[in-house]
Amino acid sequence: MSEIIESIKNLSIGFNSQKGKQISILRNVSTNIKKGETVGIVGESGSGKSTLALAMMGYIKQGLFPLKGECLFKSEDLLKMSSRQLEKIRGRKIAMIPQNAGQALTPNLKIGYQIDEALRLHTDLNKTERDKKISELLNKVRLPSPETMAFRYPHELSGGQQQRVAVAMALAGKPDLLLLDEPTTGLDVTTQAHVLELLRFIAKDTGTSMIYVSHDLGAIAQVSDRIVVMYAGEIVLEGPARKILKEPIHPYTYGLLKSIPKLSLAGLPASMPGSQPQPGSINEGCSFYDRCNLATDHCKKNSPDLEHIKELDTNVRCFNHKELINQNNNLQTSITKKSNNSEEIEVLKLKDVSISYAKQKFFDQLLNKISDQNPTVKDINIDIKKGETIALVGESGSGKSTILKSIAGLLKTKDGQIKFENDRILSSDLKMRNPNDLRAIQLIFQNPDESLNPNHTVEQILSQPLKLYFNLSGEELKKNIIDLLKKVRLGEFYMSRYPRQLSGGEKQRVAVARAFAAKPDIILCDEVTSALDVSVQAAVLNLLQQLKEDLGTTYVFVSHDLAVVRAISDRVAVLYQGRLCEIGPSQNVYKFPSHPYTEVLLGAVLEPDPDIKPKLVAEDIVEEKPPEKGCSFQGRCPRKIGDICNLEVPPWQIGENGNAIRCHINIDELASLQQ
Amino acid sequence: MESNLITEDKQKNKLEKAFEILKTMASKPSGLIGLTIVLFHVILALISPYIAPYDYKAISPNTMLLAPSAEHWFGTDSLGRDVFTRTILGGRTALTVTFFGSLIALLWGGLLGIFCGLVGGKIDDVVMRVVDAFLSIPWILAMLLIVSLLGTSTEVLIPALGFFYGKGIVRVARAATHDVIAKDFIVSARARGHSNMSIIWNEIIPNVRDAILVEGAMRWSWMLLGFSSLSFLGFGVSPPTPDWGLMISNARGLMSFAYWSVIAPIVGLSSLIIGINLTADAFAKALGIDRSTKAPV
Repeated sequence: MSEIIESIKNLSIGFNSQKGKQISILRNVSTNIKKGETVGIVGESGSGKSTLALAMMGYIKQGLFPLKGECLFKSEDLLKMSSRQLEKIRGRKIAMIPQNAGQALTPNLKIGYQIDEALRLHTDLNKTERDKKISELLNKVRLPSPETMAFRYPHELSGGQQQRVAVAMALAGKPDLLLLDEPTTGLDVTTQAHVLELLRFIAKDTGTSMIYVSHDLGAIAQVSDRIVVMYAGEIVLEGPARKILKEPIHPYTYGLLKSIPKLSLAGLPASMPGSQPQPGSINEGCSFYDRCNLATDHCKKNSPDLEHIKELDTNVRCFNHKELINQNNNLQTSITKKSNNSEEIEVLKLKDVSISYAKQKFFDQLLNKISDQNPTVKDINIDIKKGETIALVGESGSGKSTILKSIAGLLKTKDGQIKFENDRILSSDLKMRNPNDLRAIQLIFQNPDESLNPNHTVEQILSQPLKLYFNLSGEELKKNIIDLLKKVRLGEFYMSRYPRQLSGGEKQRVAVARAFAAKPDIILCDEVTSALDVSVQAAVLNLLQQLKEDLGTTYVFVSHDLAVVRAISDRVAVLYQGRLCEIGPSQNVYKFPSHPYTEVLLGAVLEPDPDIKPKLVAEDIVEEKPPEKGCSFQGRCPRKIGDICNLEVPPWQIGENGNAIRCHINIDELASLQQ
Repeated sequence: MESNLITEDKQKNKLEKAFEILKTMASKPSGLIGLTIVLFHVILALISPYIAPYDYKAISPNTMLLAPSAEHWFGTDSLGRDVFTRTILGGRTALTVTFFGSLIALLWGGLLGIFCGLVGGKIDDVVMRVVDAFLSIPWILAMLLIVSLLGTSTEVLIPALGFFYGKGIVRVARAATHDVIAKDFIVSARARGHSNMSIIWNEIIPNVRDAILVEGAMRWSWMLLGFSSLSFLGFGVSPPTPDWGLMISNARGLMSFAYWSVIAPIVGLSSLIIGINLTADAFAKALGIDRSTKAPV
C-alpha cells in the first residue's frame, strides 16, 4: 500500500447568496491521492471539479469559503495555513499547470528567465547549476533545441510548446503533486495527444502524483490510474480508470460515456435529457434524479451515500447501481441515422475558390484586385448535394471556418466561384446578394454566448429573421416563434427569457431555431457543439439530425472533432493549410487508405477507452503559412517520398471506395502501407 | 421553495427595471448622497419661483451689502438684492441649459460614434480625425466666438454647448461599439442581410446604451462647470437673470468684506456638480460598468 500524500475529508465549499443563504458548490467531498498515482477528476462545467482541484493546493476563489472539512497534505491542513506557510508548499510541494499556458506565461520575459525564476524560488542552486537545470528541464519536456529555446519569448512558441514550458516550470521545484487544470483543452488534436504522452512519461519517470482535471473523458482515459466523477458538487463515482470506463456503475457516468461520439461507430450518440442542477437548488434526494432513467421514488426523497463496492474497488453514489451491473449494458451503441436521403441535385458548388487575408497593396486596392500568390485557402472544389451533411475537418489554421465565412458572404473570395442552385453565381459581396439568397444560407456559430444578443429576449431574437424575411407581425409572428421553439424542443415560456437565463444547451437551441426561422436551404454550422458539454452536445447533434430529416436542409458542418464529424456527416472533406487533402463519404474517410494527414488526425483522436492509445505519427509542429510549392502537408508528412512532394502539387486519386485522396503515393501502395 | 435562485430573476418591465437600478444606486452611501443632492436641486429649481421670499431683480439702495440676518438669510448683494432668492433661482437656468445641452451631446455624439464604429474604414478615419481636430480647439475660445456672433440666448447656448461636449461622447460610443461588433450576433445579423440602420437600432444600441448614458451623465457635470465659467466671463446668461456664475463674477471683488454674496452661489454650484458626479458613478456601478476600466477620453 503506497503512501497517501493528500487527503480530502468531508470538504464542502460554498458562498453566500444575495438573499443571505449559504449555497454549497462542493458537498462532502472525500478522496485520497496516493504517491505516484494519477487521478483524473472529470465532470461537466459547473460540477465543482476546478474548485476541488484548487482547494487541493489550499486556494479558494474569492467569494467562496470552506464550510466544513479539511484538505490534508501530508497530514497538515492546507485550508488552515497562513499565506506564508502556503508559499512554502506551493511550487515546491504542489505545483499547478494552468489551462492556457499562453496566458500564464509573462509575455515580455524570455522563457529561460521564467523557469530560472521558479528555480530561484524553489531550489537552492547557484547560477551555473540553474542554467544547467534549465536546459535539463527543457530537454525533459521534449522541446526542440533546449539551448536556444531558453532565449525565446512565449509568443515565439506554439500552443503545445507553451504548455510544455508550463510543465517544465511546474517541475522546477520537484513537486510531489502536480495539479493540471484542463491542460490540453485549447490545443489541436495532434498536439493534445503529444502533450498527454509527455505527461504520462513524466508521471512514470519522476514518480510525481498528478491530479488531472478535465471535462474530456478521452484525455482522462489516456493518463489516469484512477478516476473521480463529479456531478453537481458531489463525487458520484470513484474507482480504477479501467473499471470506470468499461463498466460504469453510476447512471450519470454511463450516460456520459454513451453520449461521447466514437470513431468506431457510425451514427449519433445517445443523449441524456436535461441539464445539471444549479448549485443551491437541490434540497432533498439524489442530485441526478431528474435525468436518471433508473430513478425510483426512493431516490426522490433520499440522497444516496457513497457506497464502496469491494469486487470492483469502486465507490458509487447510487441506490440502483446493481441494476446497471445486471443490465450488462453495451456502451458501444448508437442511434442509427436515416440513410443518406440526399438527392443528386447539387445545391452549392465551390469552384476553384481561393481566399486571401493578405492586406492589399495600395495599387491593387485601386484596381480592386488581390494579388496574393500564396493565399490562405486555395483551389477548393466541392460540390454539395441537396440534403446532405458535408463536414469540413482540420486543425486550427486549416481554413475551414474561412471557407464557411465566404460561403455566407462575410469574406470576399480572391478567385473562383460559389454557385448556388442551378449554377447561379453568388456574389462574394454580401451587399450584392439578393434577399432570397441571403435567406437561403444561414449560419450557426460556435459560441451561443456571443451569437445571441444579451439584451434581447428569446422572442426578440427569433423575431429578427421572421420580420426581415417574411414581414410577419402580431399574432402570426408569435405563432411562428412558438412553432420554432417547439421544433427545437423548448417550451413557450422561453419567449420572455434572456440568454443569460438559459443554459449552454438551451442557448444553442435558440441559435438553431433562429437559423431555421429563415426556412433556409443550407445551414452553415461553425463548430456548433465545441462550446457545449458532452451530454448537451449529443442532444444538439440529435436535434440537428432530426430537423434535417424533417425539413431536408443541407448542412455544411465545420469541426475539429473527428468523432463528432463521424457521427453527423454523410461526407467529409479534410483540409490542411487551406488545401483539400481528402474528400469522400464519411464511412470511407475513416477507413484506410487515407491521406497521410487524415491518418495522423485519426491516430491522435482520444477515445474514452484505456485500451485505445493514440498513435503519434507526425511531429506536432505548427506551420504558420502554407508552403508555396508542392503538397500542403510536406512539412509534417510521415510518408514523404522525396523532392516531388516539395515541388509538385499532388494529383487527385480516387480509391475503390469512392474517396478522393490528394497524394503522390499511389493509392494502392498507400493502402498496403497503412494496413 | 427557493429553487434556481441564481438563474431565475423574473421578467421585469422597463419601469421596474429603472426602479431596480435606482435602488441599487441608493444602496451605497455615495450613491444615496449623490441622488439626494441632485433630487434636492431639481426640486428646488422647480419650486423656487413660488417660494422665493423677494423679487430677484428688486434693487434697493437701502439694503446694500447687508450681512445675513433673519430677514435676509444669505444677506444682500451690492445692488441690495436678496442673495437667498437669487441663489435658489440661480440653479434654474444652469440646470435647464446643461440638461438639454447634454441631451443634444448624447444624441449626436452617441449616434455618430456608433455609426463610425459600425462602418469603420475610410469614413471612420475621416470623421475621427475631424473630431480630433475639434478636440484640439480650446472650447472656451470657440464658445466666446459663437456667443459674441449669435448672442447669449439659451437657444444659442444649448446647441453650442451640446456640440462641444458631444465630441468626447463620440469616442466613447465608438469604442463601445467596437467591443460589440466583433461579437457573433452582429456577424449573424449581417449575414442575414439586415441594413446598417436595423443593426444599429436592434443589435448595437441596447448593448452600448449603458456606457453612453454614463458618459453623458459625466459630461453633464462638466458642462455645468463650463456654462458657469461662461457666465462668469460675462458670456453666459445676461443680467439681471439670476445665475451662479454671474453672481460669483459680480461679487468676487467684494469677497474680502461681503463674503456671503459669493459663498452661497459657490456652494450651490459645487454641490450640484459633486452630486451629479456621485450619481453618475453610482449609475455606472449599478449598470455594471466600472468607469475606472474605461479609456480616459
